[in-house]
Amino acid sequence: MLAILRTTAFPAAVVAFVFTSSSALAQKKYDTGATDTEIKIGHIVPYSGPASAYGVIGKTEEAYFKMINENGGINGRKIKFISYDDAYSPPKAVEQVRKLVESDEVLVVFNPLGTPSNSAIQKYLNAKKVPQLFVATGATKWNDPKHFPWTIGWQPSYQSEAQIYAKFLMKEKPDARIAVLYQNDDFGKDYLKGLKDGLGAKSSMIVTEESYETSEPTIDNHIVKLKTTGADVLVDISTPKFAAQTIKKMAEIEWKPMHILSNVSISVGSVIKPAGHENAQGILSAAYAKDGTDPQWDNDPGMKKFFAFLDKYYPEGDRLNSSVVYGYGAAQTLTRILELCGDDLTRANIMRQAANLKDYTPDTLLPGIKINTSSTDFAPIEQLQMMRFKGEKWDLFGDIISGELGH
Amino acid sequence: MSAVEEVVTEAPAVEAVPKRAMTLGVGTSLVVLAALVLAPLFVKNFIIFQMTMLLIYGLAVLALNILTGGSGQFSLGQSAFYAVGAYTSAILMEHVGMNYALTLPIAGIICFGFGFLFGQPALRLSGVYLALATFALATAMPQLLKLGYFEHWTGGVQGLVVTKPDAPFGLPMSQDMWLYYFTLAITIGIYIASVNLLRSRSGRAFMAIRDNEIAASAMGVDVALYKTLAFGVSAGITGVAGGLGAIAVQFVAPDGYTITLAISLFLGMVVGGVGWLPGSIVGSAFIIFVPNIAEGISKGLSGAVFGVLLFLVIFLVPHGARQVAIVAQQMLGKLKKN
Amino acid sequence: MELFTNQVLAGIATGAIYACMALAVVMIYQAIDHLNFAQGEMAMFSTFMSWQMMQWGVPYWGAFILTLALSFIGGIAIERLLFKPLAKAPVLTNVAGFIALYAIVNSVAGLIWDFTIKQYPTPFGSSPFLGSQLISTHQAGMIGITLLMLVLLFVFFRFTRVGLAMRAAASLPESARLVGINTSWMIALGWGMAAAIGSVAGMMIAPVVFLEPNMMLGVLIYGFAAAVLGGLTSPFGAVMGGFLVGIFENLVGTYIPGVGNELKLPIALALIITVLVVKPAGLFGRPIVKRV
Repeated sequence: MLAILRTTAFPAAVVAFVFTSSSALAQKKYDTGATDTEIKIGHIVPYSGPASAYGVIGKTEEAYFKMINENGGINGRKIKFISYDDAYSPPKAVEQVRKLVESDEVLVVFNPLGTPSNSAIQKYLNAKKVPQLFVATGATKWNDPKHFPWTIGWQPSYQSEAQIYAKFLMKEKPDARIAVLYQNDDFGKDYLKGLKDGLGAKSSMIVTEESYETSEPTIDNHIVKLKTTGADVLVDISTPKFAAQTIKKMAEIEWKPMHILSNVSISVGSVIKPAGHENAQGILSAAYAKDGTDPQWDNDPGMKKFFAFLDKYYPEGDRLNSSVVYGYGAAQTLTRILELCGDDLTRANIMRQAANLKDYTPDTLLPGIKINTSSTDFAPIEQLQMMRFKGEKWDLFGDIISGELGH
Repeated sequence: MSAVEEVVTEAPAVEAVPKRAMTLGVGTSLVVLAALVLAPLFVKNFIIFQMTMLLIYGLAVLALNILTGGSGQFSLGQSAFYAVGAYTSAILMEHVGMNYALTLPIAGIICFGFGFLFGQPALRLSGVYLALATFALATAMPQLLKLGYFEHWTGGVQGLVVTKPDAPFGLPMSQDMWLYYFTLAITIGIYIASVNLLRSRSGRAFMAIRDNEIAASAMGVDVALYKTLAFGVSAGITGVAGGLGAIAVQFVAPDGYTITLAISLFLGMVVGGVGWLPGSIVGSAFIIFVPNIAEGISKGLSGAVFGVLLFLVIFLVPHGARQVAIVAQQMLGKLKKN
Repeated sequence: MELFTNQVLAGIATGAIYACMALAVVMIYQAIDHLNFAQGEMAMFSTFMSWQMMQWGVPYWGAFILTLALSFIGGIAIERLLFKPLAKAPVLTNVAGFIALYAIVNSVAGLIWDFTIKQYPTPFGSSPFLGSQLISTHQAGMIGITLLMLVLLFVFFRFTRVGLAMRAAASLPESARLVGINTSWMIALGWGMAAAIGSVAGMMIAPVVFLEPNMMLGVLIYGFAAAVLGGLTSPFGAVMGGFLVGIFENLVGTYIPGVGNELKLPIALALIITVLVVKPAGLFGRPIVKRV
């Protein structure tokens, strides 16, 4: 066939047409949820309840797939994005995911949010052999292809991020007296473990660990208490609202240790600005995605695409909100996988492609950070870059650091 | 400065429901039963799963109904008992390797004890004070569950994954269908036992306390004993429901048993009709399906739609499904006369 | 000893938040004899309204007064439209109504203003108060406003005709009707006042906890606890209850080794329940004598 094509002087366009259509005919393979015209994607996120701030991710992804569909879809197929509310409750997540798989018959469950919800559906999806694709949580346990070959993460794990800070501290401030403030849940505990593992023998540098509950209206009194310990480094493992309270209270009581803030709370729009730019000077953190508020990306081709998308398809989306950047990046990665799958839209092939990404860079990732996966590495983003808050934006510094955990 | 409350002239917090009105007639019961037995044969596994959850929450609402509708005590803390039941089953299955069916009575007994003990201080409290005490229990429970000291057993913040049982004796049915019939059998058993309990001497004692505590004690009812007993029975049934819930969902974690669950169960009771046991299943259907309907109408405003639907229900039928049943009964009676 | 004083002071600072909310809780309890679960959400909504006015350029105190008035009207409107029809329905149905209102207000606020946190200004500044870094001028101002509201409420209930009529309508509705008090409107008035006091609480709390639709979730639990501890019939008790809960909680977190920090809310609540078991009407409430 190829030989014939080579010797015949067909116009290029016709060649291409014959080639694609014949190969398509040869390999069109579908699982439930995919047809010649449509691919069904399932999704859950809390649109209601205490974690409803994350609902923005679902809205962004929905808008993204609307853009894909208006531009002709993926390999000619339209995306049908079905997104349900799990209210951050594991039993509800199980119900909604079963509805997606058994009633709506989706091809994959994409970007489900939260460690508890994902833990609840992991066994079910793996038994059903439905991909649990790019889960929206940084717990380390999603990178376990041996036991859960149908589950794959997306963002850097909390533990690897914490290890980067540990390395940084040991190098820059070997005599530090570290105070840790953490949220008493899966996120906080995973992070704390990463930090301790990273410090290794030097974990005695941690002089105090203070936990808070999300049910507390304010965590001001924890900050007062931490100040009295005389620590000169604060590792701040808190979610956006509490991070803003911390930054503000620290300024109020004039406590100025080296302040390391977890990546979860680096959004300028929803953390730093409410807490006051002047109070946030010098805070350290690490990032893997570009910040929508940072003028240095105004002429960045990737961010230009992102802003164009926001203007046209999601005008109510707040570019200051890091969840919007997150949803865009995750949706783009899924689109990439589906493109790579071509006409073989089986669940097995989707996992194969997801585990075979080489140096892929969505528009919103920092320059130099690339997505790499393999059949033994189900952790797509593993690199971060340190940064420091200055003026009204984050300044990146140092090299891109890989936080790969030894598995 | 002391205010005198006229107990007799003031309507009691929970209306007096005569004990016969708390159940369904034999004919209706058989029709409902037949529907519950046959329905799974015609629907998808997912629907069977939802029906299982319907029965499980129905049991939990029933338990609250015994407490509130039966003995007049108010609880916003049912999620705590549900959580203890769920964790008991999960821990026994996953750490001890016990058969799932055996874990349920243990969950029930542990929760009975827990509820009975909690009933002791609750004796001194009534109305809003009891509401606050139970509310406190519900808010405290997730934090107790993730406490570091129990982490080895509870899995801490990560929770525990539970294995779903296969149908026994090589019965040709899916796990979901088996679990449904298993749950149905338990539900029917508990329902019949509850109906009998309320018709028994103890049940009459509960109701006497509900209607007028002082008069009840004057008649020789041991108010303290029966009030704590009501708490114990209610907690025990909720615990069994929790255990079943853990098996059906295959996962337990502190986030699954927050105050939201307690509030849902409370709403289920109100919508089903306080003191009307068959209403429990109606209430359970409300708390499972109405949020989904609300979400279908508007994703951004699902909470508002849910609230509006709830207002509609309580405006139209302030006494819940019981009111609908009574009206239906009266209409049937008229038809028969004609 | 210094740690102890510090923690007590920090407890008073947080307690001021609870006291503010507890006052609104007591207000509605005086009027309708229930705890309103939607109270926190109504306060949150009022706070968002004032924030929106300030975004439109209204100065702080202008927005403050306008919000107070709008909340008062809003509270009355809610009672007339939603809860008057339920007046004859069972108590538990009314509680379900509060929960429905909660869901509606929370979800509508989320749709209008979204769920990201917003900075809310304070008229008092946020520098250390009297050189103490534990209490900021805002917190001192908040305590001042709470005490001012307390005095106003005391005067209102004790010395004004409307206040007296309202108390009568709530405690003995039958007799109140006989002496010519329009009990139905007294309830509406109570809703209006509770909404207005709630809006002040919201505007005082928002600078500390940041403005967002779920900001009152935690505050309301503590507000209830404080009001119940102090006695639901006593505004003074509610304010004291607020400070006590704040201090309690902080001391538990500091001095109970191991679990204190993780379990400070449960332990604080357990202490409150213990108090209630001994003094069922709360620390400062009127004991209720039952008569057959």
